[in-house]
Amino acid sequence: MKPGKLLLQVRDLSKYYGNRVGCERVSFDLFPGEVLCIAGESGSGKSTLLQTLAFELRPNSGSVCYDLRGEGLTDLARLPDASLRELWRTDWGFVRQNPRDGLRMRVSAGANIGERLMAIGERHYGDIRLQAQDWLRTVEIDEARLDEAPTSFSGGMQQRLQIARNLVTRPRLVFMDEPTAGLDVSVQARFLDLLRRLTSELNLAVILVTHDLAVARLLAHRLIVMRQGRVVETGLTDQVLDDPHHPYTQLLVSSVLTA
Amino acid sequence: MPNLPTLGVRRLGKQFTLHTQGGARIPVLDEISFDVDHGECLVLDGPSGAGKSTLLRCLYANYLPTQGEIWVREAGSPGRIDIVLATPQQIVELRRTTISYVSQFLRVIPRVSALDIVAEPAQRLGCAAAEARDKAAALLARLNLPERLWQLPPATFSGGEQQRVNIARGFIAERPLMLLDEPTASLDAINRNMVVSLIREACARGAAIVGIFHDAEVRDAVATRRLPVQPGIAAALAA
Repeated sequence: MKPGKLLLQVRDLSKYYGNRVGCERVSFDLFPGEVLCIAGESGSGKSTLLQTLAFELRPNSGSVCYDLRGEGLTDLARLPDASLRELWRTDWGFVRQNPRDGLRMRVSAGANIGERLMAIGERHYGDIRLQAQDWLRTVEIDEARLDEAPTSFSGGMQQRLQIARNLVTRPRLVFMDEPTAGLDVSVQARFLDLLRRLTSELNLAVILVTHDLAVARLLAHRLIVMRQGRVVETGLTDQVLDDPHHPYTQLLVSSVLTA
Repeated sequence: MPNLPTLGVRRLGKQFTLHTQGGARIPVLDEISFDVDHGECLVLDGPSGAGKSTLLRCLYANYLPTQGEIWVREAGSPGRIDIVLATPQQIVELRRTTISYVSQFLRVIPRVSALDIVAEPAQRLGCAAAEARDKAAALLARLNLPERLWQLPPATFSGGEQQRVNIARGFIAERPLMLLDEPTASLDAINRNMVVSLIREACARGAAIVGIFHDAEVRDAVATRRLPVQPGIAAALAA
């Protein structure tokens, strides 16, 4: 990863649910190819922050600016809904904790991948099928299962299919919400290894929410630690984990079981 | 700027504040200053608990110093960066191009073979995959890691085998600054001597090395200079 042009700029972002704080006054910059992890216990506001960053939830205050292709750094609040939806379908990707939220479970694996290609204007059936096959191979799913629906896949395969579905449009930024939380440990390792490889090969920026600090250490360049909706500590992943400064981070790190 | 040393440390201090233990403050390093130039191997001397590893971790930006400066000459660039103030992005880049760190323990990556773990730093510096694997194989062979292990992930390897994978990974990319924390700790005499050769070769190609070596023989064999690190200097002066 070579620091280049700013990809995402977040300033003083807040989201409230009535009087309750979802996330409050969050600011950071993200560069192309950077993997940023948001960690914290459940209820700390990680997922709210992720959804607000992606503008799936509208912030109450603050701004998110993204380096739109051909437009440069653009405030998402000023973007028409149609353009925002296009961004979601093309230059951004979303990997959900539950594959049912990220995949269409009733259509084939091939169609799940092809759908995003059609969203960027691909019309040739043969080409779409070939690319879908390629991506199944890349995420280590047998191409012979192209026409099967994801309901017949294991949990690990479903998560890998989500990756393929998202990366087929060559997005520059992917949001991931606890993508390994529902997986067995052995399956997790394979998924993490795949993610590690793809993010570096494709110079992909990722914002990843996880409560698992080992996942953060393995994947992320940078770490944000959240508590009660606020960022309590941020920095280089191994520095935050090995030399935590904030009392809450020290507690979090010292509470981890090591195998 | 050939007159600038590879590494320049100025008035470095590090203390830990343990909030989980009532905010106890533990001073470890205080007012440490030194330079290391290319071709030099500076050995940190001092009893265990003196803060040698803490110092090395500060130099890798794994620990954040409480005060002072750490100036590093960036590979392929005329300038220097103070890693105490550098952004995370700058440090990630420095670790790719300029600074190697070999600790006593290998942090294994699940499912990745020993050969690929070793080859990775070279590939990230732009080496083609096949060439990086060849280099990795050559290093693992020199370190006497049995060839049947090369394609396996090192999670189940013995301590000494993992350590050799770790050393090979640290030496494959010819970075200008190398930080070695007890790299020979769990090795037998033959492999210890091989590590001594690797360190001397790295110095000969112009690397600046800062190392901690438990073994006096290794220390004497590689040191071009020594830096005494004393425990609790700050505490003693304050008393």
